[in-house]
Amino acid sequence: MALPSVTVSVVSHHLLAIQRSPSVFDALAQRLDDALSRVRGRGRLDDETVDATLSEIRLALLEADVNFKVVRGFVSRLREVLVGEEVSKALNPSQQVVKAVHAELVRALGGESVTPDLSGNPAVIMLAGLQGSGKTTAAGKLAKQLKKKGRTPMLVACDLQRPAAVQQLRINAEKVGVHVYAPVESGDPVAVARDSLAKARDTGCDVVIVDTAGRLHIDTELMGQARDIRAAVDPTATLFVIDAMIGQEAVNVSKAFLDDVGFDGVILTKLDGDARGGAALSVREVTDRPIVYASVGEKMEDFEAFHPDRMADRILGMGDMMTLIEKAEDTFTEQETKDAEQALLSGDFTLEDFLKQMQMVKRMGPLKGVLGMLPGMGQALKDVDVDDKQLAHVEAIIYSMTLEERRDPRLLTKGGARRRRRIAAGSGRSVQEVNRLLKQFDQAKSVMKSVSKMAGMDSMNPQGRKGKRAQAKAAQQLMRSGQVPGQGGQGGLGGFPGLQQAPKRKK
Amino acid sequence: MELTETLLLIGSVLAVVAVVVVGLFRRGGGQPPADHDRDVAPRGGTDTLTREPGTDTATAPPETAAPEAPPEPLTLRDRFRERLVRTRNVLGVSVAELFGGGVSDDAWEGLEELLISADVGVAATMQIVEDVRRRARDEGVTEADGVVALLKDELRSALEVPDRSLARATDDEPTVWMLTGVNGTGKTTTIGKLAAIEEREGRSVVLAAADTFRAAAADQLGLWADRTGARLVRKDEGADPASVAFDGWMAAIATDADLLVVDTAGRLHNRRELMDELGKVKRVVEKKSGPMDEVLLVLDATTGQNGLAQAGAFVDAVDVTGIVLTKLDGSSKGGIVVAVQRELGLPVKLVGLGEGIDDLAPFDPDAFVDSLFEPA
Ligand SMILES: Nc1nc2c(ncn2[C@@H]2O[C@H](COP(=O)(O)OP(=O)(O)OP(=O)(O)O)[C@@H](O)[C@H]2O)c(=O)[nH]1
Ligand SMILES: Nc1nc2c(ncn2[C@@H]2O[C@H](COP(=O)(O)OP(=O)(O)O)[C@@H](O)[C@H]2O)c(=O)[nH]1
Ligand SMILES: [Mg+2]
Ligand SMILES: [Mg+2]
Repeated sequence: MALPSVTVSVVSHHLLAIQRSPSVFDALAQRLDDALSRVRGRGRLDDETVDATLSEIRLALLEADVNFKVVRGFVSRLREVLVGEEVSKALNPSQQVVKAVHAELVRALGGESVTPDLSGNPAVIMLAGLQGSGKTTAAGKLAKQLKKKGRTPMLVACDLQRPAAVQQLRINAEKVGVHVYAPVESGDPVAVARDSLAKARDTGCDVVIVDTAGRLHIDTELMGQARDIRAAVDPTATLFVIDAMIGQEAVNVSKAFLDDVGFDGVILTKLDGDARGGAALSVREVTDRPIVYASVGEKMEDFEAFHPDRMADRILGMGDMMTLIEKAEDTFTEQETKDAEQALLSGDFTLEDFLKQMQMVKRMGPLKGVLGMLPGMGQALKDVDVDDKQLAHVEAIIYSMTLEERRDPRLLTKGGARRRRRIAAGSGRSVQEVNRLLKQFDQAKSVMKSVSKMAGMDSMNPQGRKGKRAQAKAAQQLMRSGQVPGQGGQGGLGGFPGLQQAPKRKK
Repeated sequence: MELTETLLLIGSVLAVVAVVVVGLFRRGGGQPPADHDRDVAPRGGTDTLTREPGTDTATAPPETAAPEAPPEPLTLRDRFRERLVRTRNVLGVSVAELFGGGVSDDAWEGLEELLISADVGVAATMQIVEDVRRRARDEGVTEADGVVALLKDELRSALEVPDRSLARATDDEPTVWMLTGVNGTGKTTTIGKLAAIEEREGRSVVLAAADTFRAAAADQLGLWADRTGARLVRKDEGADPASVAFDGWMAAIATDADLLVVDTAGRLHNRRELMDELGKVKRVVEKKSGPMDEVLLVLDATTGQNGLAQAGAFVDAVDVTGIVLTKLDGSSKGGIVVAVQRELGLPVKLVGLGEGIDDLAPFDPDAFVDSLFEPA
């Protein structure tokens, strides 16, 4: 289906609002609203409007660390898309622009996710990059992933520079249970690389992963060494490892590695952080090499295929909301949507409503995955064991309540000890669990109420700065009350995007 | 179906489900708190290994730091300048060239790009350029030289602090410094360099390997201990980092050391449990030692705008006292520290200029500002 652009805009509007950055509340969409305010009711985007819009987009991309030269190119391509664009009746102009920016960004990031071809016996993978970018960790992760696919990887220790680097690789190899070739702690890494191929054949390994020392792209001697290592092993794939937090120099660094060493693909690391990761666009634009993997944590399993669409969301500060929304639209029926909305707005949210909604969410896929798509939540949920089995427990508890109790949970709280014991027995859960559920539900409900109130306040105040601040605060409060191990000032539950819109829709 | 409704629904439904269900699991799921979070690291034994000072002492000639001025531990300003001058600014033009054709809108725009390309950030750049523009107008400056002078002045004042020296204990007890930061920025290396300087100046140093998480992290610090003659306190991978730091303090007391430096595991600032863990390391040591003398945040000069969020979170968690800006030997300018100091008032105290034992220098704001604008 087409991108639901109204949602895109609203979402970015609200989600950007709770980002903790100097631009805290300057959501892209809001800024676009200002830039495009004159357009409302006009047929086409004129030059002047497009200029104003593009300058906002330019700033948003710069804030996301996209290199300024890359921004320039990107923005001029966008201009071609936007000038003369018909403003659709259904959407407001800023929504339409955000949609166009997003689409262009996805395209620029490669469109589809790709995986490198690692067939061959032995297939050889070489990792290269700046100091501390995550090569040694990625080596272990790649080995783990390939092992899972039935390959027999061997890690090769060619970082003879950093103290204890060899030992670090050995430990990673041990953690994921693969061979390691680490004959020396110092000396010539080119020789180690060369010998590793014969060693792999001897030991029956069919994938060789060469870890190299971190090096500066302006260090001609070490860049030469990396080139020599590459020549010695003739890799099936040379992967350039780069930290997602990197700033404007991403272009020079990646260009130098491309020219002086050469590579076929990119691994973007530390995406578990909250950097917007505009460097992804920079690297892609100047090297024209695909980003193939995303490293999302320090554990050996925190390694994924790279998804351009998610990265575009992220650069625009939208989390995985686009994916999430599309998923929801595919899953929910219209009636369900109406009912849920009714329930949430009525101010009288019951356990019955909650049960229904939980089941809707369940249909969208594993809960942890779905929740993880909310900006900030992925990280928050990282080590929380959200097992859908546990969801079933919650369901069981609610099913064991009478309809009356579900509609009026107060029956259970004040002097409802007997009822709670009955429910516990009926559902096969403990009384403590029943108590906790009620308490959590109560907290969620009360915070929902205050958020709803503040959202109302905000809608009366079109500038909305104060309201947004309050709203962001409320969202944080909600997060804390849920004991979600989130991040102090940012991310969170998305600031209840819809609630703020609600009063307007009543007309 | 109206799309706004979908949005309303998803946001709210997920929020409610998240709070109720996740909250429930957090408390009820029998999750052990905080420290199960990272890898499968084996719970290590608790015996403390205290390495004897290595025989392989510093190879470099002793630095001539004036002994009567202990608050100024380094005299490497020249090297700092020298290294910085090597890198051209990205535009390949100087501010003087930009304004060569007069003070025009284009020139101001070029200046903006120059600052942004140095990772100073949009907000800080706009502000700085606006201020300089206003001053140029007010003071009637129309020459390139004048603009350059105003700009440097503006930046220097943004980076001004009365004192960049590393604080030391005022009593007889050991000085305590702790290094923190996100992954891979150069904490351990900086500690090695600091230890080298301190030992060279005749102070005895204990290094506590409170990074018990990353593979071979303690080995890495151990090699630096060997190189510098510092004493190492370590435990097995997976041990409680606070207890390592604590043992470090006890060892420093027992051996009558002058300085304890605590190395910590790299952690992303958006991981609340890990930030809490760091807070605990600090608290546990401070219970015995009193307030730490320095809590340094190590920032990689290649870092973009995320550096600001990093600094904010580390300040919140452990009251950072200063910044070490590493990897300035690369081509990145490290302009994010301008924003960090403007927003948070955190001064840069040291800079890292390479992987070698001597590649640490005091921060020199003049050289730093020059490096932003002067093409080689
Ligand atoms: N070029 C350059 N490299 C540096 C500098 N400081 C550290 N490094 C290198 O950067 C890499 C990471 O340094 P470490 O000291 O291990 O960083 P860390 O912060 O302790 O890393 P973790 O403990 O893994 O989070 C190593 O390869 C260092 O040699 C510097 O100033 N310049
Ligand atoms: N949070 C996070 N940390 C990472 C990731 N990849 C690597 N690291 C950490 O970054 C630091 C440097 O990684 P390492 O693999 O040693 O980098 P190398 O110097 O390029 O080999 C270590 O502390 C790793 O644990 C990632 O995706 N997320
Ligand atoms: Mg490495
Ligand atoms: Mg370290």
